[in-house]
Formats: sequence, C-alpha cells, structure tokens
Amino acid sequence: MKSRTIKVDYLARVEGEGKLYVKIKDNAVDNVRFSVFEPPRFFEALLRGRKFTEAPDITSRICGICPVAYQMSSSQAMESVCGVTVSGPLRDLRRLIYCGEWIESHVLHIYMLHAPDFLGYEDAITMAKDHPDVVNQGLKLKKIGNDLMVLLGGREIHPVNPRVGGFYKVPTKEDLTRFVEPLQWALEASLETVRFASTLPFPEFERDYEFVSLRHPDEYPITEGRIVSNKGIDISTDQFLDTFEEIHVPHSTSLQAKVKERADYLAGPMARYCNNFDRLPKVAQKAAKEAGLSEVCTNPFKSIIVRSVETVFACHEALRIIKGYKAPDKPYIEVPPKAGVGHGCTEAPRGLLYHRYEIDDAGIIKDARIIPPTSQNQKAMEVDLRQFVQKNLDLTDEKLTWQCEQVIRNYDPCMSCSCHFLKLDIQRD
Amino acid sequence: MEEYSITVVGIGNAYRSDDGIGLYVAKQIESLALSGVRVVEGIGDGFALIDAWADSDHTFVIDCASSGAPPGTTYHFDALCESIPSNLFSGLSTHSISVNEVIELARVLERLPRGLIVYGIEGKSFSAGIDLTPEVRQGANKIIERIVVDIDSLTRHKVTGGDNA
Repeated sequence: MKSRTIKVDYLARVEGEGKLYVKIKDNAVDNVRFSVFEPPRFFEALLRGRKFTEAPDITSRICGICPVAYQMSSSQAMESVCGVTVSGPLRDLRRLIYCGEWIESHVLHIYMLHAPDFLGYEDAITMAKDHPDVVNQGLKLKKIGNDLMVLLGGREIHPVNPRVGGFYKVPTKEDLTRFVEPLQWALEASLETVRFASTLPFPEFERDYEFVSLRHPDEYPITEGRIVSNKGIDISTDQFLDTFEEIHVPHSTSLQAKVKERADYLAGPMARYCNNFDRLPKVAQKAAKEAGLSEVCTNPFKSIIVRSVETVFACHEALRIIKGYKAPDKPYIEVPPKAGVGHGCTEAPRGLLYHRYEIDDAGIIKDARIIPPTSQNQKAMEVDLRQFVQKNLDLTDEKLTWQCEQVIRNYDPCMSCSCHFLKLDIQRD
Repeated sequence: MEEYSITVVGIGNAYRSDDGIGLYVAKQIESLALSGVRVVEGIGDGFALIDAWADSDHTFVIDCASSGAPPGTTYHFDALCESIPSNLFSGLSTHSISVNEVIELARVLERLPRGLIVYGIEGKSFSAGIDLTPEVRQGANKIIERIVVDIDSLTRHKVTGGDNA
C-alpha cells in the first residue's frame, strides 16, 4: 500500500488561521480536511442582552475586511423586525459604501493574495520586485475603495457611521463629486485588472457547483434580493434556515453549511456572477466576454477574473450612485423597537452573509444567529480539494501542495469571520 | 523656504493595554505641537502606511513589540538601511500586513520616504483595557525624548537628501 500526505499547517495569504490535510492511499484520495483553527469568538452570545441598535457596531468587529457587510446585514435584519424599509438616497449610500468594501476587499485579494499564486511568487513583496507596476496599480485601486469607506463610514476599518435606519451623518453632493475623477480612473484600472487576470495560467478544473446568491429584479445584488441558486432554490431571506443547515465537524472551529438534504454549495463572486450575469452593466459584461468568460464560470481558479469583473461593476455602480445623488433631509429613519424576529441577508465580498435576530419590545436582543460566507463555502472547499487532488495525482508533492493551497485561496476565505460562532462541543473521555 | 515635513505614525489598539503604546507616543508628540510635524494615529490597514508617509520627508513609526524580551525594552531601526526582524511586530490585524512587511513592500516599490525610523517598545499586557504597564510606559517615555531630539535636529539642520536618517 502506498500513501502520500499533503499538509499545510499554516495557510498563507488568507484572512485568519487555517490548515489543510489531504491523505492519498493507493492512488486515490482517502481523506481531505480543511480546518479553521482560530478559537471560537462567541459573538452571537455576546449580542444577547444588548440593544438592537448596537448590533451593527458589535458585529462589524467580526471582520476587518468586510465590516460593512456585517453592518448592512444586521441593520437590515433589525429594520425588518421593526417594519421599517430604508429607501431612496439612504439605500443608495448603503450600496455605495458597500461598493467601497467590494473594491477594497476584491483588489486586496486579486493583487496581493491571489495573483502571486499564478505567477509563482511566495507573496506580493517578491512579486513586486518583478511586477512593480501591477502592485502599484493594485495599491492605488484598493485605496479608492478605502477612501469611499472613510468618507461614508468615518474610517476604513470598522466604520462607525452606519447605523440601524441609515447613517449618523451623510455626505454632501460635493463630498461625493470629488470621487468622480478617482472612480473614473478606477473603472479603467479595473478593466485593465480583468485583462491582467485573464492572462494568468489557470489549471484545468471544472466543477458542477450549486451557486447560491442573492438576485434582485433590477440590480446586480449587493444589499438585497431573494436567495436563489442555479439548481432551483428561490426563497426569501426569512427562509434561509429552512433551506440551509450548518454542521459542526470535529476538525474545524468553523461550522460548515450545506443545502438541507442535499450537498455543499458555493457562495461568493462566482455564484453572484452566474446567477446575475444579466444584471451586470454592459461594460462589465463586455470585459468578462473579452477575458474569455462565458456567462457561467465553473473553474474556481478563474474566480480571480470574476472578482475583477465585479470590481468593474463596483466602480461603475459607485459612479452611477454618485451622479444621481441628492442628499437626504435626514441621515437616518427612526426605527422604534418592536418585538419579533428579523432576517438580513446581503452580499459580502466573499458571498452571502445571513443574520437572524430575535428582539423584545424594548429592543433587547434575545437571540442572534450569524452565518458568514466562509462557513458556507467550507464544505465546497473540501470537495474542490478532493476532486482536484484526484485529478492531479501525477503532480509532485511540492506542486500539488502549492496548487492545493491555491484551491483554498480561490475562495478568498476569511477564517476570522467563519469562527465567530457560538456552539462549542467539548468531548471528554 | 519650505518647511521640512515630518510624520509621526503611532500604531496599535488603545483598548488592548500595552498594544496602544505606539498611540501613546504619538499623542505625546502631538501635544507638543511641534512645527512641521504631522501625527497620524489609528492606521488599521497596513498598506495605508505607504500613503501616510508619502508626502513627508522623514517618518517615525512607533509600534508595540511582542518578541519575548523584557517589557519596556526599546528598539530602534533605520528602515532605509536595515530590515525589521519579522518576529518583532505582529500584523496590524489578521487581515493586513505587518509593519516589517509593508516596509519591505515599499522598499521594493521604491516608495519609502527619505528617512524612516521605526521604534518598538516591548509590551507586557495585551488584555482588554486602556492601562499601560509602568515599565512599558517608561520605555515609551525614553523614545519620546529621543524622537523630540531627532525632530529638533532634523528641523534645525533641515537636511535634504537620503543621508538624513
């Protein structure tokens, strides 16, 4: 019997701490484990007993790279409990700050974390020696996303300005107009990014995914929509827990999600793209087609191109919102507390971010549930690994290890988000 | 005559005890209101350091170190001449790159300022809270004195070029 083991004990260029393990026995994949080993962070427990208005600020601390997603999903959930809908310019501003987060997060991953994989570099620093213009372009593009978050959120990491009902303070038309020129540059730079990404060498690998994302009647989805999949799911956000379930596996501090009585699914840029290609602006559709993408992309390594196409969309959308912006009379809508259960679901850069809260008449949180995209994608990562290794057994250990790491990085996983969860099983023998 | 521009960047989390020592140093320097000195605090994204020093002639970066040395131990690096040991400073967050990494990236991209001095102060407690450990604060006070002398020397002599560190 001949066996091989591929192990990476500390994955680099991912957010947080994770490792992978693949056991190959008699030329077949025997066991695959993708483990998150960051300690649980108990956010859902510490939300209990807090005021409903505190949820956006508390949950945004789960992640330094997608705090806006937490603020938006939690605000939406609270507003839905209390029967309030945020519309007009306040809704547009939410979408705009979210565009900033998509730009910042996608560009960080494309240029600093993912591109080195394809070009054969250990990290962005070594890549910068040979490709300084590429890295400088990434830094400049990322900064525009950061600057949008600073303007609308008060600061780039863990913004403090969004709140249940809207914002504490809204920008003037002039504040936003200052972004037109940088964003026009960013739109061009993101189109170049798509072209750059399309030239990278991609391993041949396709998988029949169930793509799960939001879908909105008129927009490429960011802040709202129904939850849909290419395999028949079409539900409102309050049906999330009827359709999906989370499972605790022994090797990970992060729960794994699956479609109930079915299998793993994929959330994130590739899912959004597949389910919503027709909602992308023409400029992004054209860029995707010129980059060789069809309307559905099933090679996870090509997620770097999809992320680039979504960056084009985010820059285009930010410009559209800024051009049509008229400052609202009030920065927020009053949201008086009402007892009940509410659900929020928005598209974080890495995919669906679901929040559910139960609050009482005084607005005190009685129960909280948060399901971030990396938890949802964990199982899909393991299936990718299993299938990829099985198809590439002839590679040397060194090459296979490198590409297995890449399989994980295709997801831009955020372990810190995924292990926010509450349930901890302790087994003592 | 244009003023020599100096940037002082304090890094850390003020709510994690000694981790906030870089911010303490920055605040003390700010309170002195020295001419031509800009103080930057609260950088959460490591890449933003490159922008923080982009328009300045000389930059001081102060961060809490965590290498196992006795609390209050101070470190001084002339980043133009030497690399910062990778085990000294932790990442600005798990989502970002560390001070030594961003300096190396800027070095490769030729985006370092003309002068860049990095000070580290070994921390002791990183638990939740705003109190600084006395020996860590002592170390920081030594660094404040040294930065003030450096700033005085830089602004009085108004050295230009790459040999001013």
